[in-house]
Order: sequence, then structure tokens, then C-alpha cells
Amino acid sequence: MSVVESRAQACLKPEDAALLEQTWSDPPGVRGWFSAINHKTISLRFMITTFVFFVLGGLLALAIRLQLAGPDGKVVGADMYNQLFTMHGSTMMFLFAVPVMQAVATYLVPLMIGARSVAFPRMNAFAYWIFTLGGMMLFIAFFLNVGPDAGWFAYVPLSSLQYSPTKRVDIWAQMITFTEMAGLMEAIVLITTILKMRAPGMTLNRMPLFVWTILATSFMVLFSMPAVMLASTALITDRLVNTQFFNPLKGGDALLWQHLFWFFGHPEVYMIFIPPLGMISSIVATFSRRPVVGYAAMVLAVIATAFFAFGLWVHHMFATNLPELGKTFFTAASLMIAIPTAIQIFCWIATLWTGRIHLRTPLLFVLAFFFILVAGGLTGLMLASVSLDTQLHDTHFVVAHLHYVLMGGAVFPLFGAFYYWFPKFTGRLLNESLGRWNFWLFFIGFNLTFFPMHVLGLQGMPRRVYTYPAAMEWGGLNLAATVGAFTIAVSVLLFIINVLRSRRHGEPAGADPWGAGTLEWSVPSPPPAANYEMVPVVHARDPLWEAPGLPSHVSGLANDYREILVTSVADARLDHRLWLPSSSLAPFVTALATSVLFVGSIFTPWAVVWAAIPVAIGATWWFWPKKDIVEQRTGSEVSPYDVEAES
Amino acid sequence: MSVSKNDKPVDALLDVKGLPTFGFGHRSPMWWGTMGLVAIESTVFALAIMAYFYLRSHAAAWPQTGQPPDLLWGTLNTAIMMGSMIPNHFAKRAAERMDLPRVRLWMVVCMLVSIAFLAVRVLEFKTLNTHWDSSAYGSIVWMLMGLHTTHLITDAYDSLVLTVLMFTGPLEGKRFVDVSENAGYWYFVVLSWIPIYAVIYWGARI
Amino acid sequence: MRFRAVSIPILGITGTAPGTSPAAPLQDALHAYGIQAWHIGRLWNFTLALCALVFAAIVVACLFAVWRAPRADAATPPDLRSLAQPERRIHRTVAWAVGLATVGLLVLLAADVFTARALGRLPLQDAVNIELTGHQFWWEARYLDPDSKRQFVTANELHIPVGRPVIVTLRSKDVIHTLWVPNLHGKRDMIPGRTATLQFRADQPGTYRGQCAEFCGLEHAMMALLVEAEPNAQYEAWAEGQRRRAPEPATDAARRGRDLFLSKSCVRCHTINGIGATSALGPDLTHLASRTTLAAGMLPNDSSHLASWILDPQTLKPGVYMPVNRMRPDELHDLLAYLETLK
Repeated sequence: MSVVESRAQACLKPEDAALLEQTWSDPPGVRGWFSAINHKTISLRFMITTFVFFVLGGLLALAIRLQLAGPDGKVVGADMYNQLFTMHGSTMMFLFAVPVMQAVATYLVPLMIGARSVAFPRMNAFAYWIFTLGGMMLFIAFFLNVGPDAGWFAYVPLSSLQYSPTKRVDIWAQMITFTEMAGLMEAIVLITTILKMRAPGMTLNRMPLFVWTILATSFMVLFSMPAVMLASTALITDRLVNTQFFNPLKGGDALLWQHLFWFFGHPEVYMIFIPPLGMISSIVATFSRRPVVGYAAMVLAVIATAFFAFGLWVHHMFATNLPELGKTFFTAASLMIAIPTAIQIFCWIATLWTGRIHLRTPLLFVLAFFFILVAGGLTGLMLASVSLDTQLHDTHFVVAHLHYVLMGGAVFPLFGAFYYWFPKFTGRLLNESLGRWNFWLFFIGFNLTFFPMHVLGLQGMPRRVYTYPAAMEWGGLNLAATVGAFTIAVSVLLFIINVLRSRRHGEPAGADPWGAGTLEWSVPSPPPAANYEMVPVVHARDPLWEAPGLPSHVSGLANDYREILVTSVADARLDHRLWLPSSSLAPFVTALATSVLFVGSIFTPWAVVWAAIPVAIGATWWFWPKKDIVEQRTGSEVSPYDVEAES
Repeated sequence: MSVSKNDKPVDALLDVKGLPTFGFGHRSPMWWGTMGLVAIESTVFALAIMAYFYLRSHAAAWPQTGQPPDLLWGTLNTAIMMGSMIPNHFAKRAAERMDLPRVRLWMVVCMLVSIAFLAVRVLEFKTLNTHWDSSAYGSIVWMLMGLHTTHLITDAYDSLVLTVLMFTGPLEGKRFVDVSENAGYWYFVVLSWIPIYAVIYWGARI
Repeated sequence: MRFRAVSIPILGITGTAPGTSPAAPLQDALHAYGIQAWHIGRLWNFTLALCALVFAAIVVACLFAVWRAPRADAATPPDLRSLAQPERRIHRTVAWAVGLATVGLLVLLAADVFTARALGRLPLQDAVNIELTGHQFWWEARYLDPDSKRQFVTANELHIPVGRPVIVTLRSKDVIHTLWVPNLHGKRDMIPGRTATLQFRADQPGTYRGQCAEFCGLEHAMMALLVEAEPNAQYEAWAEGQRRRAPEPATDAARRGRDLFLSKSCVRCHTINGIGATSALGPDLTHLASRTTLAAGMLPNDSSHLASWILDPQTLKPGVYMPVNRMRPDELHDLLAYLETLK
């Protein structure tokens, strides 16, 4: 049989396709909405929720910029200002930057690896609910005037009970618990999906670079988030039951907080930065009409970056009285981590150089990365020097640096990714002309906002000041920054308009509007509930670009229950089939119960005890198998020992 | 392209109907999920232990207040927990053989042992000889104990749920994988106790 | 060894030239008036130049790559030649670029180590020793001396001699603060439970403004410090003045003012040497009238601002620990009369 004929065969009969769609769809109705566990459904909700937090964080930033637009600002008072910058930082870092990457990953990774689902769909749903409830708690607190006000990294002793006597810091600390729990669960989901559910033939060597970045990031999550969980737990217990972790009068140490927090905090920014590196690879390849230069080098660079990111944290503490020799080690590490990033940048430029360029909005956002992130990375090298850092630390120079790397390194590529994959999510293209307006306003607005802050920092303006005297002559640059911030706001508004309009009136996209090479572009847009009518067999890195191989698809997976294929870790050889659980209210209900536990423990330690009971009930209900489903499955069960016996 | 490298004809479609519907050990996604959890919890324990030594390095005296914990209950409980690895091992083996009667037997034994180590854990807390609010030393000792105890409780509960399920049903092949993975996690909870025991009970004596 | 201050402009940005009287208070890293800031400034110039070059190179390369490449669209067949044969020339070019980048990074590391060593080699003979303690939201300065009778305490304003090293021991009474006087040196954290040290020297006379650079609570933005660098003889005269006790008030109004100070809540927080007020909860006021500003650099030190501050600090700087003080206008007048004598 020829390849062409086999490709034609790779379609189910219409009645089977309809049954498959039915099997993997979310149930209807209100109850169905809360029971949904299809990874694409959860992921779209997750993306929208994180985007809502992005907009809220942006509005907080606009308030900050209004207050700082001129000297002796009277727009808000000191107390509100301190809440504003704390909420802005906390929202962007905990409720947007990492979660959005996990959200995008939980949509794209199964499609890119030829899988029908993520590995633990109910846990994926639970992670979404826990995240959303935690974010809601934070903002409800803010609107009730109990929003945190000690900065997004809440240094002790300022954040201890003595100097922050209200519940504000407790809200912040517990928000961490919510969001980090969600992040950790998503990491487990993604690692297991990537390692065990790749389509047959997709060896690690054939995995898209984006999937590699998600794998690396997810491992980083496992080892870094525990640090902030431990730190925030210790802060909560210091405040609630009088432990003395951070009290120097009773043997504690203020720097213990900083070590624990930044051991998480530094990898955190790389967790924000690495997935967009994968997005850039996807976009650069498609719009240069060639695979990215140096696949192996790119993979090793990502792994190296992920690894070395754990060795830099002390560079956030260069102004403390830690030993100077130790600090120099961290200077060296902070400089050397630029090498793997440099490898990636040079490989991308080489790809563009030797490619044939299709210049569209996704690529524009990626090109902005080369300008903005590179600038941010270079100011990072400046900050890596202890001596320079002693002038620049805790000034607006750092504010400039962090926005250049986070927005240049993550937000711009993310917008490019939205323009790139929106057609896949919705079946329609975003408007290209609006896209260009969106891009240029964002680019210009961004630089207008944050470039002046480098100068302001050098001119002596510290961070986190609610106002400044007119005599300092900082007003002009601050005004420019405020104008820039509103320009960014307009550009984001254009994006929202583009999304809303294009959902209904955008140009229909078809399966592969960009002529791309990876598997997600082989399915309809939007993908059917089961992603693939027939799971593909992979023979190349860019299956849609390279010559197809045989066998081309998998047959024999059930259409009437949620059956997936489990393959081996390195070579994606067939291993076994697995039936995934069906939709359930349990993840949502358990998330509610868990939220009661977390919120309750802000007020009393006993909440941990009594609120654990409904959590245990919810989790047990979640796990407990249903008799009729089990009977159905035992009917067609195949034990690994039966298969061994036969072979 | 309809022939393979050694000139045998290759099917257009890869049929998977004959594959098993569950798998043990690292073949199972559940194993990877459990390992992910082990990675997270190990990191938490490791960081807490590092915090212990960090605080100690800044302390003039250690313990800062109180005495080191009494050795009796902690050492006894270490022995009980190590002992619990035996029924745990048999439960795991029975699960991997899909031997339901033996799985039931050994899981009940595990549950009985868990009652013992939970009870002794209460006695351990009573003889720590320091209070969580008296100093950073007291705080980190209670934190380490609290973290591990949380794992003991949740592991005991998980195991209880599974044990009950083994008796009531409904059962399928996949549940044996769950028992095997649960046993693997039990190993982790017990083995992770060893460095924590060393730090809590001997960290202030050496 | 006398040292000339150097102005360090950023490319294209000019700042206040040294020696002229600036319109804006001096608080920036771009103009070094002390050797430590000068070392850092030199490193800054070097690093900025190197980074600017790298930035330009990458941006130009990127733009050029996009400009010169042939155009394509979604239907253009992908170029898969790299799969058949490795692209050795491209790999070599990337490798060279990475090698160059590594060399650049090593150069930056060397420059940093070099600067750190230079900063550590400040000659410390004949140093002035100050113990600076951070409070929410003011600075407590104790000038140390081997002879304890020559020690004195002041607040929010330091005087230092030009050309002599200053060793500042940094502590905090409550939360983390940071001392930062950019024209003289980089910053250092003041962490409760720990002691840090900063060593610097002013090489030009002038008034240098510093600001707390670690978020320390509600009024973090209003915690400034003035450092007055003056010729040694002037400095010694100032220090002598600071050592003296408060003079006996000469007028009746001033006497009444002193008695008010002792009977109202003032005495609970403030020290004035010579009248029996010894509390150290708030700034030492023995030489209040010799200072240029009030409330940690926030207000000019004149009678109307002092009056407003005493009556209601909470409106001017909400969150300070100084309470509202109600008193009759004549009482206020007397109190001010006394405080004016505290030169």
C-alpha cells in the first residue's frame, strides 16, 4: 500500500469519529461546566484567567504610573501605593507569568506530541481551580482593603507580625500556597505527559523544541517552588503561632527568608523565560521556512540554563553583609548563564539569516525579543557585578531591567505565540493589520515606559517610593514613563478587540494557515475533542514538512472510552494502553474544600485540622472508582502478564 | 516506502489492540506522578534540613532553648517505621503479582503498623523538649517533625482508602498498580525519615 | 592623597557638573565625589561601552538577517537541506560568536574582581567611625571614639571631613533599611541582628543626599539622609559643637519651652543632653537647630515647618511613630523658642 493510500486510510468512519468526539467531550450544562476535564477546555479557561490577571496587574501599574507621573503625587496615598506595587508584582509573578506558560503548554503539548490528553486530566482541572480560587482570594482581599503591602517578595522583618500587624501579609503568604500548589501539580502533569504519552516514533530527539522547554521548566518547578512554599509556611507560622524563624532576637535570621525566597525566586524568572524560548523556536522555524539551526545545541542550552538558574540566587542579596568571596562566585555564575542564552540567540539569528522570511505579526513579536530581551540581559550582566549592583540594586534601574527581561523575554514572545496559535485554538486568524498596530504600540510604549527608568535609577531614584520631591528633577522621565504605560494599555486594548472580533469574524484558518511543520497543525482548527482521530506515528522532527513514513497512524484505540497510548520514555516505543478517567465534579469540589483549608488557616491554625476532613472526603470521592465503569473496563482488560505469556 | 529496511512489507497502520491496558513500575504514568511528588517532598525536606544547619551556624548555643529531644520514642519509632517496610514490601510484591488475597493481608498489616507509628509519633512530640515559639531552634525542630508527620498522616490515609477498596471493590487491574505505587511512596516516607531523625535527634548532640 | 572627583556622564545624558551649585540635591551615581563611587563609575563606563557594542551588534545582525532574506509565505516549501547535511559553516560561525561572548563575559568578571579589590584597598588611617542605625523612618548616627566622653549622637544628617576615610557600621532597630549615598559609594543593607560595614571617603566638599534603599514600610519614600562633606577643620569644629551639652536657655520663653519639653510627651522619646532627657526611641535633639532638614530630609528646618511637624506629624508623614501633640499656641511658641537654642 502506498503512503498516499495509507494517509487516506488514516481517518475513522464518520460514525466512529462521532463516537470518539462524544467520548472525549465535556458534559453539557452547568454541572458539566464544573465537571469538565478535557485538557483543551481547562487550558483555554486557564489562559483566559491568567490574561484577566494580566490586565488587572496592568491596571494596577497604570495607577502606579499616574501617582509617579509628577513629583509630590497625590493620586494615591502611601498606604494604597504600597498595596499597588505589591499587588502588581504579586499578580504578574504568581498569577500570570508562570501560570500562563503552563496553561499554553497544557493545550499545545498533547497536540505537539500526538497525544489525546494530558496524563492526569482531573489533576490538571484541580490545578486550574486552585489557582483561580487563590487569585480570587488575593483580589477580594485587595478590594476589602486587606491587600498585601510588603512587596511581592515580602522581606522580613517588615512582613513579620510586629511590623505588619494586619492580615495583609497572611493573605499574600497563603496566595503563594494556592498558586504554588497549582504550579507543582501542573509540572507533574506536564512531565508525565511529555515522557510517557508521546506518539510512537517520537523519540526525545524528535520532540519539538517547545516541548523540551516545557519539560525543562517543569523540572525546575519541582525543585524551586518547594523553597517558597517552605518560606511562606514559616512566615505564616511566625505570624500565626509565634515561631521564631526570622526573629533575630530569638535565634532566627532575616536572611534565612531571603535565601529561601530567592532560591525559588531566581529559578522562577527562568521558569517564566524558558517556555517562551520554545515559542520563539516554533515561530522562527515556521516564518523562516526552515528548521531551527542546531537542534542539539538548542536542547542542551535549555537544559544548561535550567540547571544553572539554581546557582544564581545570591545575586539578589549583594547589598547584604554576606562574605564578599561568596558573592563573587555568584557574579561568575550570573555572567556564565548568559552563554547558553547566547547560543540560542545566535542559532535563531542564523536561522533567520539562512531562511526565507514570511513577515507576519507572530514574527514581529519575536523580533522584538531580540531587541528588548537582549537589552535586559545586558543590564543583567551589569547587575551581576557586585560593585555595580551596589549602585543599581533597589533603584529604578532594576525595575527597568526586570521589565526588559520579563516583557522582552516572556510577554512579547507570548503575544507572538497568541497570534501564532490563536487560529489553532479557534479556527480563525487574528487580524494582521490590527496585529501590527498592537505590536508597534506595544513596542514603542514599552521602551518609552521602561528605558527612562534606567536613567532614573542612575540618577538616584530608589524603588518602591510612593513619591519624590520636585527638587530631584525626576519628573520629566517619570512623565515619559507614564505616557509609555498608557500606550501599552492602548495596545493591549487593541489586542483584546482583535481577539473578540476575530473570534467571530476572523478569516477562517483551516488546519495549517502558516505552513508549519509540527503535529498540532495536522489536526483541524479547533481540534476535535480527542485531538487525533487516529494517533499519528512519527518518523521525523517536523512531520508535516518531511516525507511521511510507514506506519503512518495507530489503529485499535477505543472510540467509546477515553483510551490513550503510553509509550517508553526515550524512544516512544509502544508500551500499553490506559483508560483515563471521565469528567467529574470532584476536582472542583476538592479545590473548594482545599481553599477553605487555606483561607481558614489564615485565621486559625486549627483550620488545618478540621478543614482537612472535607478535603479528604473530596479526594476520596475523586479517587473512588465507579462500579459500572470498572465492570466495563474489566471486560476488555489486558494484563501485561497475558501479553508476556503470549509473546 | 511500503517496505521496511529488511525488505519486509510494512503495514500502513500500527495496531495496538493487543497491548496491555496497564503497566507496573516506571512503565506506568502513576509511577512518574508519584516520583514527581517524591521530588517535591524531598526538596522540601532537604531545604528544611539546610535551614536547620543554617540557623545552627548562626547560633551561639544549640539548642538555643531547651534540651535535645529524648532519644527513646524517636529511636523506637524509627525502628517501627523501618519495620513497616517489610509488610510494605510484601504488599508491593503481591500487587505486582496481582495476588489479591495477599495484597489484602499485607495492607492490613501495614495499617496496623501505621497505627503504631502514629501513636508513637504523638509521644515523640511530647518529648521534644522544646516548644515551637521558644526559639528558632524550637521552630525548626517542630517544622521538621510537622512536615514529616503530615506525610505520615496522608500516607496512612491513602493506604487506608486503598486497603478498604481492596476489600469492597470495584477492582480492576489498574488498582494493583495503585497499590504498588502507594507502597513505593510509603518507602519514601519511611526512608526520608532517616535523615530527618538524624537531624532532629542527633543534630543538637554532635 | 588628594583625589579629584570625576563626572561620569552616560552617553548623551548630561548631569550636574562638579563644583557648581546644583539646582537639584546631589543624589546620583553618575557623578562621583568620592573614590569608591569613582571606582564603580569607571566600571560602569567600561561595562556600558562593552554592552552597548554587543547590543548594537546583535540588533544589527538580526535586522540585517531579516532584511536580506528572500521573502516567503505559508505556501513556500520549507528548506530541509539542513536535515540531509550538517551546516558546518553556520555551526562554526555560531561557535565563534559564542566563544567571543564567553571572552566578553570573562572580561566583565575580571573587571568586577578588579573593581572589588580596588574598593577594598581604601586606606583607613585616621578614619572617622560612625555607627549608623536604621529606624522606621529615620537615621540614628553615633560618632564613635576610643574616649567614650568624645562620642556623640545625632540624627538624619552626617558631617564628614573631606579627604579622610569614613567607616560606617550599619545596624537596624526594626526592619531592613539600606544606606545609599550614591555620589560617595554603593549601598549596603542594615539588617536587624546583623552588623555590616561601609567604608568610603568624600574627596570634594558638598552636600550629598542619600536615601533608604530597602522598602521599610509606609514612609520608606521619606527617609533621606544628608551627608555634609567639609574641610577637616570645619568638620572638627562641628564635631566639637555636637559634643557640647545643650546650653542653658537664656530667655524666659526658652526656659518655659524646656520645661514643656520635659513635661509633655517629648521627653518619652527624645534625648537632649544636659536636661535629663535620655530616651533613645526617637532622634537625638541636642543639636536640632544645627540641622538643615527635619523628618529625615523631608522638610526644611525652619520654625513654621517645625511647628507643623510638632503639632501633627501624622498628616505630614503618616505612619511615623511620633504622635500628634496638642498644645496651646503660646506653649508652641515657647517650645520653639527653646528648640531654636539647640544649635
